[in-house]
Amino acid sequence: MRKNKLFLTLFVSLLMLSSAAWSDDAEDNYKNYCWQCHGMTGDGMGLNVQDMSVQPRDHTSAKAMGGRSDADLFKVIKEGGLAIDKSVLMPPWRNSLSDDEIHDLVKYLRKLCQCG
Amino acid sequence: MKYLFLFVALTVANAALADDGMLILQKRCVSCHEISGPAAQSVQELWQRKGPDLFYAGSKYNAEWLEKWLVKPRRIRPAGHHPIQHTQPGKKRDMVDTTTLMSHPALSPSDAEEVTEALMKLKSSAEMMGTAVFKGGSISVSFGEMVFDKFNGCMACHEIEPGYGGLSGPEVYTAAKRYQADYLVSFITDPQAWNPKTPMPNRHVSAPNIQKIVQYLQALAKENWDEKK
Ligand code: HEC
Ligand code: HEC
Ligand code: HEC
Repeated sequence: MRKNKLFLTLFVSLLMLSSAAWSDDAEDNYKNYCWQCHGMTGDGMGLNVQDMSVQPRDHTSAKAMGGRSDADLFKVIKEGGLAIDKSVLMPPWRNSLSDDEIHDLVKYLRKLCQCG
Repeated sequence: MKYLFLFVALTVANAALADDGMLILQKRCVSCHEISGPAAQSVQELWQRKGPDLFYAGSKYNAEWLEKWLVKPRRIRPAGHHPIQHTQPGKKRDMVDTTTLMSHPALSPSDAEEVTEALMKLKSSAEMMGTAVFKGGSISVSFGEMVFDKFNGCMACHEIEPGYGGLSGPEVYTAAKRYQADYLVSFITDPQAWNPKTPMPNRHVSAPNIQKIVQYLQALAKENWDEKK
């Protein structure tokens, strides 16, 4: 009986915790948000590219990605393409991702391009 | 007195319709749709939901569209509800594998009436809706398209006519037929208030431009797309 009550308390506190949105890992975030344009494998040839006037960056290319600092990548993900004088088609993600999640994505991008 | 009776009788009849509708929802819809909320709190949880959330249906849909669509459903999301589950890398770009897309279960006209009655009773919380209101007015399709595409990049993910535009989001050329104008204003203002893990970004469109976009969606929805398809 005691045990049941403990479980109930645990369960209720978990429910309360879950009302703040969860922090997801970088791969899940990439596959929920970024893949739509940057592609399932990150090669820039996503589902949406056919009618896009500016093509998304190839995240697997060390050449295309190597010139950017981590701070630049963080900024473009958080604030969008316009913030670094790039296309409006790259959206700002600050309402979808926490700063921690964006830092994790920057690390994930570094793995994809094997640069830096 | 007579009118009071009529009013009570009508209210009771509507309530009975809604009760029957709720039974159908429980039996035939909840395996794919969430009807009591809340929205998914993690990406993994989102991907497990087989259909869009319906727990705020009464604040979202136009009842007239809803009832018709339930009798004769046609595809709204060109790449399915979770496009990544229906997409494969292709030669030039990722491609939709349309053979994996389901056709939606259809209801009889009387079941659809009952289900619509029940769904329209499911209202959103005030936090979700926010203070958004559509103020009316109209815009030309060509100017609207500039605001939607050039200034705000919305077309990257949305088709503005069959076969033209992005594929990961729902077609928008019928959005104003499907959804209430206040909902459209509210969702574009803050998509994460409705669904914290939605793949749609908040593009921070200015309030006046959101009004213009909804006017544009209304202009698009006037075309008879069903006939053109
Ligand atoms: C709606 C389509 C779209 C989505 C979704 C999208 N991007 Fe982009 N992204 C673009 C486009 C287009 C460019 C190229 C911009 C340019 O070259 O002017 C780009 C460029 C970039 C760049 C390179 C910027 C530079 O010039 O150094 C990075 C990094 C990036 N995106 C990361 C992401 C991440 C991370 C996500 C997911 C959180 C994401 N993008 C989602 C369209 C998109
Ligand atoms: C097998 C899973 C499944 C079942 C069962 C199911 N649905 Fe759906 N429903 C979906 C999917 C997937 C979509 C998205 C379809 C699209 O975009 O083309 C959808 C879309 C909808 C929509 C439109 C949502 C929107 O905003 O675009 C409504 C309304 C709806 N369903 C109601 C119902 C009702 C009522 C029932 C029960 C009678 C039901 N569904 C049963 C999977 C299901
Ligand atoms: C990165 C892709 C992407 C971009 C860019 C985008 N959307 Fe969306 N949009 C989506 C997706 C995905 C959905 C489906 C949302 C869901 O089911 O949570 C959606 C849904 C919608 C809906 C319908 C709401 C609903 O409940 O189905 C409207 C209206 C809409 N978007 C308008 C816009 C406008 C206006 C813009 C530009 C300011 C825009 N979108 C930019 C991906 C996008």
